[in-house]
Amino acid sequence: MKASNAKRRYLTQRVAISVLAVSLALVVIPVIGIIIYMIANGYSSLSWEFLTASPSQAGKAGGILPAILGTVYLMLGTILFALPIGVMAGIYLSEYTRANWLTRLINMAIVNLAGVPSIVFGLFGLAVFVLGLNLGMSLLAASLTLAAQALAMTITTSREAIMAVPKEYREGSLAIGVSRWQTIRHVVLPQAAPGILTGAILAMSRAAGETAPIIVVGAAFLVGGLPGSPFDRFMALPYHLYTVSAHIPGMPSEIKWGVALVLIAMVLLFNILAGIVRIKTRKR
Amino acid sequence: MTIGNLVTLKTDPANTRAAEDGHCLRLQQVNLYYGDFHAVKDVSLDIGARSITAIIGPSGCGKSSMLRLFNRMNDLIPSARVEGLVEFDGVDIYQSGIDVVELRKRVGMVFQKPNPFPMSIYDNVAFGPRRHGIRNKRILDEIVEKSLIQAAIWDEVKDKLGQSGLSISGGQQQRLCIARVLAVEPEVILMDEPCSALDPIATLKIEDLMRILSTNYTIVIVTHNMQQAARVSDMTAFLMVGEDRAGMLVEYAHTNEIFTNPKNKKTEDYITGRFG
Amino acid sequence: MINMFPSLKKGIGKTASLTSPRPRWGERIIEKLILFNGILAIAVLLGVFFILLRQGIPALIETPFYSFLFGTHWYPVSDPPTFGILPFFVATMWVTVISTVLAVPIGVGAAIFLAEVAPRKVADAVKPVVELLSGFPSVVMGFIGLVLLSPWVQNTLGLSSGLCGVTAGIMLAMMSLPIIVSVSEDALRAVPDEFRQAAYGLGSTRWEVIWHVCVPSALSGISAAIMLGIGRAIGETMTVLMVAGGALALPGLPTDPMMPMTAAIASGIGNAVQGGPQYHALFAIGLILFILTLFVNLIAARILDRQRRKFAAG
Repeated sequence: MKASNAKRRYLTQRVAISVLAVSLALVVIPVIGIIIYMIANGYSSLSWEFLTASPSQAGKAGGILPAILGTVYLMLGTILFALPIGVMAGIYLSEYTRANWLTRLINMAIVNLAGVPSIVFGLFGLAVFVLGLNLGMSLLAASLTLAAQALAMTITTSREAIMAVPKEYREGSLAIGVSRWQTIRHVVLPQAAPGILTGAILAMSRAAGETAPIIVVGAAFLVGGLPGSPFDRFMALPYHLYTVSAHIPGMPSEIKWGVALVLIAMVLLFNILAGIVRIKTRKR
Repeated sequence: MTIGNLVTLKTDPANTRAAEDGHCLRLQQVNLYYGDFHAVKDVSLDIGARSITAIIGPSGCGKSSMLRLFNRMNDLIPSARVEGLVEFDGVDIYQSGIDVVELRKRVGMVFQKPNPFPMSIYDNVAFGPRRHGIRNKRILDEIVEKSLIQAAIWDEVKDKLGQSGLSISGGQQQRLCIARVLAVEPEVILMDEPCSALDPIATLKIEDLMRILSTNYTIVIVTHNMQQAARVSDMTAFLMVGEDRAGMLVEYAHTNEIFTNPKNKKTEDYITGRFG
Repeated sequence: MINMFPSLKKGIGKTASLTSPRPRWGERIIEKLILFNGILAIAVLLGVFFILLRQGIPALIETPFYSFLFGTHWYPVSDPPTFGILPFFVATMWVTVISTVLAVPIGVGAAIFLAEVAPRKVADAVKPVVELLSGFPSVVMGFIGLVLLSPWVQNTLGLSSGLCGVTAGIMLAMMSLPIIVSVSEDALRAVPDEFRQAAYGLGSTRWEVIWHVCVPSALSGISAAIMLGIGRAIGETMTVLMVAGGALALPGLPTDPMMPMTAAIASGIGNAVQGGPQYHALFAIGLILFILTLFVNLIAARILDRQRRKFAAG
């Protein structure tokens, strides 16, 4: 009787743990599958021309250079606005405010803003940057929109990186008559830099893949030539992928896979970069 | 406060360290609160220039809090509040308009846990002077060397100035931190249990160093180690927690007297190890 | 005696007075700039809510709130236009429910395996893959759903089109897995080891320890993970825009083509005249989305905060 009870308990355990293992497999295998499938299908379309030429025949031939460049500009524009504001806001929140109801409210706002749907930021950008500031459907308006969205992330990561710097370092500096700002500048920020950098890279990677907001603020499927100024309309990889896969009938499938592969390569490259920075710092 | 005191501040402190009556730091009827908590109660004492004053007492009696009054490190705690008069060189350092940065430059502090910055030994020592505007490499070299010599660590690190300040032993780190303070040429060095994280040999080295430094600096040291207070200090202040849990000064006298002929029964009990 | 302490004051300069602080203009300017940017960031964050209110409220005045929320017809260009968002709202609910039903057991199961069963090495190897998934842009997931999943769903379920709520739900499940896995795993790892040891000491099997000790202790963290996953599914745009089918009718079945709220905004905004009724109506949808996701995330943050305090105190 006792023996069979123990047997049953171990059988239950074996079944349960197998179910758990299957769950994990269900998470991991599709990811790997998608990546392999994407490489296998998109690889053939990756050519020098594909990466360096402009599209022709309504995107059915030629390359995707304007879309790649547009995305690069968007990433740079986003980080240009989101990083300095985010870092300074992070410094402000961690070093210059005291814990009270207002800081708690601000922290809550930031945490929750990270969860606001990206399409809502698109609406914000449309109302404020495209129409309100009259920037039009431009690279600049799109960058500002994506930056507004990235702010929650850059503030959070900067603040956390700054707060992770041990207070002993601050005390050691203040105790020899170094002012608060100099302490931040020369002791705290160098220590927090890798964390801030990781956040910045992830924010850029996200900006590269973000589609919904730039639909709202006016990415274009095809524009003649490369973007010349921040006030030009622009193409972007994710929007290009959306259009070629969902809106253009008769689009050759290599082109779709090629665009998807280039986009995911860019995004993942930045994710991996962030991972490397994080691992390197953890070791130190 | 007289005008005379203000004038002395502007002259070279090497010649006029002490105020006219010889004291360097003074507490008068000082109370310190953290929010509702009364941390230091009604403390008055004068500390002479170029001497070592030890603050002893059981843990939690407000020793460190009292030490941090002298360079306003308590300012970093939002709820901290100070009442009474705290003077450095005859100046009330809690009056409005005090340059706290300047104050801390002249009243340096060494902490319980060695806290060298995660940068090279050289950069650690040069950190203060650089922040105060010295860029000239030759002068910096000179300051770094002098400070490390004064801190009695030069011989041990002179060949590895470029190595991380975290790569040396705990005792060396603490002397590096002392060198870091010396490099900005303070007048007072506050030490908050500087040896509590160190082994006996490293402790002795720091104590020797303190004796040498006291010929030129005013040193105030908080310690939970009575032997250490007896060994190094000229004056000793004994603090205890009162019934209301606030730290108060029980006795303040020459170290000899405190340890051989304490006036207060409580001091005697503590010294002889009956509690604490 | 040699002077051991020659003054180096030539470098540091004469000591300034304690009572007349140096102005330190540069620092003051930088500190003002920091303050300004702190306020600016907060203003942007509050601005999002303000803009949604300002642009969305007119629609809710034009169309009474009740008929806006429960109306089943969305005819933005008829005269007069009708704005009822119930079909979008129901579509959002369908895809979110499908996503949650799929992602929660799989995600929590995977998290338990990672935190409690898998050897450290396996966990370290698998975690980057999960993080990789969280980095996939939603448009790529939409694309995968479009070309790979929807034909499969169409054949398997025998539908006339594979672009429907089920397809969208499955893709959303994949997209909410990373957050569910990582937050649940953190919650499980936060359970103190003493709990496990105590249970082992009573002769429990590993599975019994997991099921009767670890999971109950981490339950609040796991529920926060589920809330965050739901928030993700509600707010996701590109995937549902590409694979949910885009039909304006009220979806009765999960296999119907449908248009969740996010997709309705994305597909409608290009045609909306600035300041016109449709423009405001789309902002009103945005406002509802904002409040919905805020609500879900607030609950999650609340739960996480409580959990953190529980173990901090214990």
